[in-house]
Amino acid sequence: MKLVIAMLMDGVIYASWLFIIAAGLTLIYGVMRILNMAHGSFYAIGAYSGASLVGFYLAGGYPPWGAYLMLLGAAIVSGALVGILIERGLLRIMYGRDEVVMILVTYAILLILEDVIKLIWGVDAYFAYQPYTLLGRTKMAGISFANYDIALIFVAASICFLLWWGLNRTRQGKLLQAVIHDRDTAAFLGINVTKMFSITFVIGAVLGALAGSLTAPGISVMPGIGVEVIILAFAVVVIGGLGSVGGALMGALIVGLARSAAVHLYPEAELFVIYGVMGLVLAFRPQGLFAIATARKI
Amino acid sequence: MRNSTLLVLGAGVAVMAAGMVMPGWLTFLLTLALAKGLVVMGLLLLMKAGLVSFGQGLYYCLGAYCVGVAGDYLETQNALFLMLIAVVVCVALAAVIGLLLCRYRDIFFAMFSMAFSMILYGVLVKSSAFGSSDGFNVKPPLLFGWTPTGEPGPLMAYGLAVTAVTVVGIFVWNYLRSPMGYAGEAVRENEIRVEYLGSSVRRIIYIKYLLAAAMAGLGGGITALAAGHIDPEMAYWTTSGEFVFIALMGGTGHVAGPVIGAVLFELIRTYAFQISPYTWQMILGIALLAIILYLPKGVWSLVERFTKEKTS
Amino acid sequence: MSALLETRSLARNFGAVTAAADIDVSINAGEIVGVIGSNGAGKTTFINMVTGYLQPSSGDILFKGKSIVGKNPRQVMRAGICRSFQVAQLFPELTVLDNVLIAYGLMQHRVLPMFRPLATGNSIKQAENLLQEYGIESYLPEKVMTLPQGVRKLLDIALAMLREPEVLLLDEPTSGVAIDDKFDLMDTVMQAVRKSGAGVLFVEHDMEVIARYSTRLIAFYDGRVLADGPVAEVMDNEKVKELVTGHHLEIDYKREVAHA
Repeated sequence: MKLVIAMLMDGVIYASWLFIIAAGLTLIYGVMRILNMAHGSFYAIGAYSGASLVGFYLAGGYPPWGAYLMLLGAAIVSGALVGILIERGLLRIMYGRDEVVMILVTYAILLILEDVIKLIWGVDAYFAYQPYTLLGRTKMAGISFANYDIALIFVAASICFLLWWGLNRTRQGKLLQAVIHDRDTAAFLGINVTKMFSITFVIGAVLGALAGSLTAPGISVMPGIGVEVIILAFAVVVIGGLGSVGGALMGALIVGLARSAAVHLYPEAELFVIYGVMGLVLAFRPQGLFAIATARKI
Repeated sequence: MRNSTLLVLGAGVAVMAAGMVMPGWLTFLLTLALAKGLVVMGLLLLMKAGLVSFGQGLYYCLGAYCVGVAGDYLETQNALFLMLIAVVVCVALAAVIGLLLCRYRDIFFAMFSMAFSMILYGVLVKSSAFGSSDGFNVKPPLLFGWTPTGEPGPLMAYGLAVTAVTVVGIFVWNYLRSPMGYAGEAVRENEIRVEYLGSSVRRIIYIKYLLAAAMAGLGGGITALAAGHIDPEMAYWTTSGEFVFIALMGGTGHVAGPVIGAVLFELIRTYAFQISPYTWQMILGIALLAIILYLPKGVWSLVERFTKEKTS
Repeated sequence: MSALLETRSLARNFGAVTAAADIDVSINAGEIVGVIGSNGAGKTTFINMVTGYLQPSSGDILFKGKSIVGKNPRQVMRAGICRSFQVAQLFPELTVLDNVLIAYGLMQHRVLPMFRPLATGNSIKQAENLLQEYGIESYLPEKVMTLPQGVRKLLDIALAMLREPEVLLLDEPTSGVAIDDKFDLMDTVMQAVRKSGAGVLFVEHDMEVIARYSTRLIAFYDGRVLADGPVAEVMDNEKVKELVTGHHLEIDYKREVAHA
């Protein structure tokens, strides 16, 4: 029983984290048809800005609760800044190219941003554990969980709700769905697709940065974290179906629970299980669980 | 055609001879570059068919581990025997994975091939028998117990790499001119037409996938012997990304593209790393963007432009 | 004697939509059967089913008395039924010569050779001859994507004829072709067809073309065969006039038939 609760909780916590990362990735793909490798860098940039801003803030002796606002602010500012810069400066001249070429373009951006991060923050690790420990821990069926991790579940749920609400209950969101469904027709109907692209990319980048800054208190922030994360996010969105937010949620839950089961039962399989599940899902549902893309026939 | 085969053979012998007088670091760099060139030649076959594999690291790494593990367990340093094992194992695995992958195109092919290489990475990182994430050391190669310098070392691996690139290069050169080679371009251009001409698109892709796996395994095996050390990083997605990068840089228009691309890549990386260790990735990234923007057909297109001007 | 190609109660649904229902059609050797029908009448669906691109929901397709249902396009093509496409299916980035060479290469070998070159003196000569037959040899070094629509359609049909099919299915051979060129195109195609003696079924919207070249006419409506018979008879059919051709047809098709 204890093991089951531990597995479930760990799984859901991990899934929440995965969802926050994957949501931005899948949104950008759905609207722009760009599988954004640089999403990992957005994550890393968010983590670094969050960690360093919290560090400055707490060193100033301000009330510790404000640190959470700092994490949020760091993510929004850094994500939006990087997002706008990349979309305006680079992606805009690349639109219309083959999807695979766009992967390479964003791969190049990832390489560049990895070093930009090193130039700004150096190669030493950053720690910002205060927001993590401040919330304390809760005992559940004899197992202790960090409240910060539990809060992450609620954050993920809120993001999921906001995305759903934004896409289905707002005018802009409905226009965006039109673009997702059929870009050419949407443009023909007078929707400003370029503007939609910019907005989507910035929202996606902010989500990526937010995932990073929210993770920062629980880890040591150092070079290479983005490269690791992007591949996990890929697995999640591919399982769920590229471009589908609901799919990302399902994918995150599946990967989260599978990994947590592996960690508790057979730790050697931790990494294997993620891609194993992915392979299994794809063998039966080639386009992912909630696919919006269609395969070529013959 | 016979003339160009002779030309390539001659070039191979010349490069081999040059290895005797080159400084050690250059021999080592070229060996690794040529090994990568082999992997990218395989990738070229797939890319000609419009398929970009972001997972050739799978076979690169598997080939390397085959050489390492077989060398340990069978207690052999016989380079040819080890290469054979690497290629056979890689083709066997590709024969299974290929059945699934040949159903996919575009971005899906890219992502799923990447997923498979990450599975191997995940397994190796947790396999303490193979040194987990640290990997393990590989004994230097021998050719039926013989080496050129009396002791097993880098020159042997270099010779192996040059020979492999020459032989595979001649094969690929002829292959690209054969009906099977052209079938790749046909698949890229119009699958419906290919099917209505009586050929199976899946079978064409499958065969190309097997060939690419064999070449990647060979490249990985040579890398293991040359570097004397292997680790799971060879299956990490960034390694596969490098191969796509090299293919793009060299260009897919000619067999020489991957080799030129690989040597150029290793040179840029080595120098960029020496000059500024913190920005070498940035330099590579900018180079990649510049190639996509200004040289979409790779460095080889410069050579073609030059030779065309000369002849016209 | 039974027909060369015969379909029996052929039907196909896409979900709740019926694209074809109860289609009984036959083609004999040497016949040139025209097919008319408005968009969505099931003409292309019919060709797709016969050539194995779509599997029928029910019904049977007999070729030389044997069922070919369940075969894929490769097997159907190798059996001797070839088709052209409404939008020419070619290799657009490659030259016309390469298109033809690849077509020969893929068709001649079940297992594609890896060590023999595709382009040899003989194969190039063969390709040149084919293009000459269709009067498009001057486009040999051009990339397909740069060709005029009419040339693309001719090349598409030429590739369908490579196998020397016993049944040839043409899907709107003159659509997208300039009005001045459509008869030239059809003349070229028909000349090649007559030489081979194949049975032809061609879908066409252009009534002048239908009237001039078909020996028999089939009218499709709403996934069914509305009328099947001699050209004049089908054209005079009241239902065909009402549902397919419209009342205001101005062409004197009898004269056109006599002309052909």
